[in-house]
Amino acid sequence: MRNFAQLIKTLDSTNKTTVKVQALTDYFLKADDADKVWTIAILSHRRPPRPVNTTLLRTWASELANIPLWLFEESYHIVGDLAETIALVIPAADQSSDKSLTDFLQEMIALKKKTDEEKRAYLCENWSVLNYYERFVFTKLITGGFRIGVSQKLMTRALAKATEIDEDILAYKLMGNWDPNKITFQQLVLEENESDYLSKPYPFYLAYAIEGEVSDLGDIQEWSAEHKWDGIRSQVILRNNELFVWSRGEELVTDKYPEFEKFIRVIPNGTVIDGEILPFPNGAIGTFNDLQTRIGRKNVTAALLKKVPVILKAYDILEWEGEDIRQLPFVERREILEHLFKNVTEQNQNAVTEHSQSGVTERSRSEDTERSRNEVTEPSRSDVPLHLSKTMYFNSWEEMAEERDRSREMHSEGLMLKSKDSPYLVGRKKGDWWKWKVDPLTIDAVLTYAMRGHGRRSNLFTDYTFALWKDNEEGEKELVTFAKAYSGLTDAEFRKLDAWIKKNTLERFGPVRSVTPHHVFEIAFEGIALSKRHKSGVATRFPRMLRWRKDKNIHEANTLDDLKNLIPQ
Amino acid sequence: MKSPLLQFTSNGIYCETANVYLDPWKPVDHAIISHGHADHSRYGHKKYITHHRNVPIIQHRLGEINVIGKEWGETFIINNVKFSLHPAGHIIGSSQIRVEHKGEVWVFTGDYKTENDGISTPYEPIKCNTFITECTFGLPAFKWTPQAKVLENINNWWAENRAEGKTSILFGYSLGKAQRLLKYLDTDIGEIYTHGAIENMTQVLRPLVDFPKTTLITRDTKKEQLLGNIVLAPPSAHGSTWIRKMVPYVTASASGWMTFRGARRRRAIDKGFVLSDHCDWPGLLESIEATGAEKIICTHGYTDIFSKYLREQGYDARTEATQYGEEETEAALASKSTASV
Repeated sequence: MRNFAQLIKTLDSTNKTTVKVQALTDYFLKADDADKVWTIAILSHRRPPRPVNTTLLRTWASELANIPLWLFEESYHIVGDLAETIALVIPAADQSSDKSLTDFLQEMIALKKKTDEEKRAYLCENWSVLNYYERFVFTKLITGGFRIGVSQKLMTRALAKATEIDEDILAYKLMGNWDPNKITFQQLVLEENESDYLSKPYPFYLAYAIEGEVSDLGDIQEWSAEHKWDGIRSQVILRNNELFVWSRGEELVTDKYPEFEKFIRVIPNGTVIDGEILPFPNGAIGTFNDLQTRIGRKNVTAALLKKVPVILKAYDILEWEGEDIRQLPFVERREILEHLFKNVTEQNQNAVTEHSQSGVTERSRSEDTERSRNEVTEPSRSDVPLHLSKTMYFNSWEEMAEERDRSREMHSEGLMLKSKDSPYLVGRKKGDWWKWKVDPLTIDAVLTYAMRGHGRRSNLFTDYTFALWKDNEEGEKELVTFAKAYSGLTDAEFRKLDAWIKKNTLERFGPVRSVTPHHVFEIAFEGIALSKRHKSGVATRFPRMLRWRKDKNIHEANTLDDLKNLIPQ
Repeated sequence: MKSPLLQFTSNGIYCETANVYLDPWKPVDHAIISHGHADHSRYGHKKYITHHRNVPIIQHRLGEINVIGKEWGETFIINNVKFSLHPAGHIIGSSQIRVEHKGEVWVFTGDYKTENDGISTPYEPIKCNTFITECTFGLPAFKWTPQAKVLENINNWWAENRAEGKTSILFGYSLGKAQRLLKYLDTDIGEIYTHGAIENMTQVLRPLVDFPKTTLITRDTKKEQLLGNIVLAPPSAHGSTWIRKMVPYVTASASGWMTFRGARRRRAIDKGFVLSDHCDWPGLLESIEATGAEKIICTHGYTDIFSKYLREQGYDARTEATQYGEEETEAALASKSTASV
């Protein structure tokens, strides 16, 4: 534990990536193998289930600190991190533990099954003797969510340096489902073992937003375009008659999307498809808000499956006939994908006697241009939920821009541009793939509530709620909450607003304060839809602050009707 | 009904009987000043009374003013009200202001800390009926490590950076924190360079305290001269072009706010040392108890939380709004500079 706490302290004591990577590399070179596996697991957000719920943690910590619970809660709102608050409020101690990180984690796993009294004794014993950093790390392991400014990518880079294994290969090895309690460092990192790879996804290739003018990309003939669908980026794996669905967050979500079980009978083994899970209510692509009803739902009811079915919009194919084909040029991979799609559609037609031509088909101006092939991108409605994300070729950047302008009515976020000869790379890389999103929608709204942030924003009011005007039943104007946002301002603006909020608080509700309606902000968002779950009746996608409109007073802010007018018909 | 001995008015804390203000925030005729930070000693009063060690500080900051310096414990009477200044331990020359009339005693702390820092005259608890206290760090999350340990860590940090051939840049307020750090920097490690704001204030204080040698960084200072040495700079210098010229360097900040991991991270400072010129949580509670006061008024900091806790402990505690603490809020630490220059 001493070494791990020291590592966290060193990572905490620098702001420079190179120093962080070096600290991690040094740690990986000297740590015990079991501790290395746990460190990898923790820094890639694979933690054991929380052994003690946070209500009990708060209660016991405030008792040990000899302060009332309300005072603990107030402190927590200001500190912004539960483990840090606990480590700070309980009386100082200075011991260092000889037990290893693995010992502690195994104790914590065992702790889950123990009685509350045993849990309490275990926590208080450690809290009372460990020095600040070990106490903080100990508590952080209990509360989980180890976000300490080290990304998985950074950790992988350090591990690559320490083991002299290629970083991309390591990224692949570390993906998927593995249990740090059962796997050895040898098995996880050093060994080559085919059977381990059954469920393993490939690292996703992610694109950056385009910088400057799209025409700077050069010859348009070298680029393929497709819509950037707004769902859950996923990989669908078929190996050994088994199906695995992974989300980009490296979560195995196979059980959440039972629709995809149909893939097993039509897609051959040894296939990995990269695509987007999209909601498909009433035979058309829905909004992200529709999909939200499916995300996080463990038990998918038949009614929900009927109301919001999902499809996989396929972008790319990474493995075919058991071969990793990521190095093939994009156009060649697409040929394989389209071939696969054709087979799937034909098998469907054979299986289903009545082949319906209905369903909403995508139209594209590109059909008039270079692309002459009459490509079918959707099978009939009742069948296999596999759709192709259509690739489009254009003769000019202007034509492509026109297609981009249609994105919102297509329920897409804009276009993805892919170099025709691009391999499928690992992680977020510049050059071969670019996002060219539509400009966001915007509206001017009034700041009405503020909450303190977390992590590097702890103790600053940085999370805001915004409202728009609406006529109430008496015909008077009132402000109605419509969105929360916490990004888009500079640090200096956040500090100014924080100071203003502290002086202009109307009421406090725990960590939240209502403030005098005074400031107007231009709020940008990616998408908009009607919603029953929102007080305003409208859901916006990824709202953030575009500008602090100091030139506007609150009566110049927009109305809820203005917002509703932005919903595509 | 008789009005209280001290009242909170729009100009500042007011003693009506004596017609005197304590640390007023608007220009008044007659002001008694606790210490030299900008939020407590403002420009524009006709007459200033303060401790004589604070006189050169406010003269440096405010220029030509009409000021009288007093000794610790020296009683001066204005319209039958007895005033005296007592050490607050916050910075050099910082005082608590004791006010007595017809047997009733009020004490106003200004800013204070209980630990003896070796350069400010150490804090002394004063018995009183009503205690007007700051509570900048009035949360149980704040508990200071003894300064000897923190300063040892700072010197070790400097030595490590020197071993790696890097310049150490240490941020602290130009009045108070900078001199406290300077006093204990180990000149066996290397040389101490200063930002102009800190150099000027330190020169003012050299007649009062024996400080190690410092060298002002000028346009002619070569980056190579700084390598391995330490630079004392006000927080505002962070991210400035002045700093960027010093590459390769490592930054650190010495402040009570460095208790929070997030505070250091969001400021993009490499290292945070928890070193404060204010009371920590136990310090506040101990000093309040030592005054024997039954009434407590909290002026700045986590006032609502702290006074609620005091009421639960049986004190008659309340909060009064003041304009102090502007420069001590965490947000200001990053944006404000040379608040005291």
